[in-house]
Amino acid sequence: MSSSFRTEPEPADSDAISGEKATRTGKLKIFLGYAAGVGKTFQMLTEAQQLRREGVDVVVGYFEPHARPDTIALLEGLEVVPRRVIEYRGARFEEMDTEAIVRRRPTVCVVDEFAHTNVPGSERGKRWQDVMLLLEAGIDVLTTVNIQHLESLNDQVYCMTGIRVRETVPDWVVQQAAEVVMVDLTPRALLNRLDRGAVYQGEKVERAKQNFFKESTLVALRELALRETAFEVESRQALAAEEKPLSPAAPETEPPQRSTERVLVYVTPEPSAAALIRRGKRVADHLKGECIAVAVCGKELAELSPRQRAALEKNMNFARNLHVPTHVIKAENVAEGLIDFARQQRVTQIYLLRPAVSRWRLPFRRNFVEQLARLGRDMEITFVAERAPLS
Amino acid sequence: MGTPATRPTPEQLLRQVEAQEEYAQTGRLKVFLGYASGVGKSYQMLDEGRRRRERGQDVVVGAIQPEISPELMKLLAHLEIIPLKMIEGNPVMDVDAILRRHPQVCLVDGLAYDNPYGSRNAHRWQDVEQLLAAGISVITTINLQYVDERRAQVETIRGKRVNVSVPEAFLRSADEIVVVDAPAEFPLARSHEPDAQPNAATQQHKLSQLREIALLLAADVVDRQLESYLERNGATQSWGTQERILVCISPKVNAERMIRRAQLVRDRFHGELFVVYVGEENLSAEDQSALERNLEIARREGIPVELLDAEDTVEEIIGFAHRHGITQIFIGHSLSGSWRARLTKTTVDRLIRAAEGMDVKLFPH
Repeated sequence: MSSSFRTEPEPADSDAISGEKATRTGKLKIFLGYAAGVGKTFQMLTEAQQLRREGVDVVVGYFEPHARPDTIALLEGLEVVPRRVIEYRGARFEEMDTEAIVRRRPTVCVVDEFAHTNVPGSERGKRWQDVMLLLEAGIDVLTTVNIQHLESLNDQVYCMTGIRVRETVPDWVVQQAAEVVMVDLTPRALLNRLDRGAVYQGEKVERAKQNFFKESTLVALRELALRETAFEVESRQALAAEEKPLSPAAPETEPPQRSTERVLVYVTPEPSAAALIRRGKRVADHLKGECIAVAVCGKELAELSPRQRAALEKNMNFARNLHVPTHVIKAENVAEGLIDFARQQRVTQIYLLRPAVSRWRLPFRRNFVEQLARLGRDMEITFVAERAPLS
Repeated sequence: MGTPATRPTPEQLLRQVEAQEEYAQTGRLKVFLGYASGVGKSYQMLDEGRRRRERGQDVVVGAIQPEISPELMKLLAHLEIIPLKMIEGNPVMDVDAILRRHPQVCLVDGLAYDNPYGSRNAHRWQDVEQLLAAGISVITTINLQYVDERRAQVETIRGKRVNVSVPEAFLRSADEIVVVDAPAEFPLARSHEPDAQPNAATQQHKLSQLREIALLLAADVVDRQLESYLERNGATQSWGTQERILVCISPKVNAERMIRRAQLVRDRFHGELFVVYVGEENLSAEDQSALERNLEIARREGIPVELLDAEDTVEEIIGFAHRHGITQIFIGHSLSGSWRARLTKTTVDRLIRAAEGMDVKLFPH
């Protein structure tokens, strides 16, 4: 059961920069919104100002230079750590100077745009990885993110908007946050702001209205954000209940229960496997269970064509990036191999893609479904269809 | 848009105009929902009133809570206030004065309030209804514990009973709802409620539970807004913002297990659950009573059961799923080799292929 797949490198240890181990990990607070312009940055900076007034050592690690005037006004009196300049293909880009912030060692650091992708040539690919480093160095971080950047909602957002959001944050990263707060504004108020030029300027306004800023889309994104925040709040209650034994003052709290739910996702080289992995992981998270990803190959992985193998490898890497452990099993018969492994792992549900109509002839397809159901009669077998917008 | 097929009929246009006129004649209701005192609902409401006034709208304050912080006082200085009037020694919103003054927007702080005997209406939310009917828009605030249907739930968390309440249906009729969200610690420091307990951790846990309920209530209101919006615009696709599970019952399936599992998923996702069965002709007496037993399980759990016509099983199920925005279909999968079971297998196979944008979950039996 060996795997020849590479794992993504872990983010560099902050010790290398600071030269000492932080005595505590920093706390992360996320201001969650459902679109640009709802006031996330404004609320975050308001809180930073509040902290500064209380005598806390706060710095601004990154804020959008194109921010709105009333937001920029909120920077007054706050120390801003200068951004660092990175040259890429002859152009100059500015990114957060994570190393400088770690050296500066504030108590709290404000970092806008959690989902941002750094320009090539930066130490880390994603800003959330920079934030992880700050937290490891013992710095508390306030940050902002919009709901469409959450990895597990990527397919639903695609369905609503027809836009495939590329800058995503894995759910496990958001789950690290000590707090997730929703910054809410009604869609109508947001559209008013947009029309007044308070969100974007010039042509960008019209373009925005074609995409995310349709009223129905905003309403749907807002609902997703409300539900997600409720879920984050609920998860933290469960964690808190597990950490401390029940205090006599809270007798109404239910005792913590460990779920025995285990979701196995059957990963194939198809590109839609990414959506399948997201779905399996999301369901497992909500059932407070675990999720594993399994690929099945014949005698040798080498039996796959190089292209298929690369595609499979990509999907397995994707799973690992979502913190879904991966396994490669060898089996002559896929259904038998899957179910045997599932039973060993005490799996309760199997998630797989719908058999593609074109590639699987009917009798074979029906046999596969039949075999899975027969062998895994004590399990649930879920076929996941891709979520795509109606054309 | 604009193609002959989508051009509205004169009747549709008339209805649309009527609906628009009615919409124009009644005021808009906007609710700031909080889960505890001190989260800043009143501030947000008054601040919105101030901004609207600056933009040229005619705004008045119809009611304000008795305790006013210096922060609120500053905002109130920018606004016109219609004083409360006293009835039997109790302050009441002066509906007649507001109707005479007839502003565009009236701010009503504290929607949950019972008027004393002899007032125009028994409850303040009825006063608000009257303002709305007169074409005055209302912006108001309410705490979760005063939402009638949530009272019991909130009482077990807070251990405290409140006497006044507002029906949830009234909140659901709002044009806009905003949750005033803040981290659980935040209102703790600002709350001046007399019942604030010294045990901070317990208090925080309670607040976090209330916060979750408030967010989910708002999500439900928003979901209905979305639904009606999509209906008005003739959209057929559901976006899966909420998980909705459809359990398909037949005589042979293990309904107990399927429904139990569906309930778990529903509860964990705060979604909805539907049960259907497809009417089959010529059921044996044995199958008929098995079906009855299975349906009884659903009814016992209080889940609505719908009968689908069996012209084409797959089409019926998919049609129902689309109408109800289903995201997951639970269906039994027979392992027996009988002709009926083979027929079922074909159905399952076709269903898997037809279920665009949904999950199909098989329960072998």
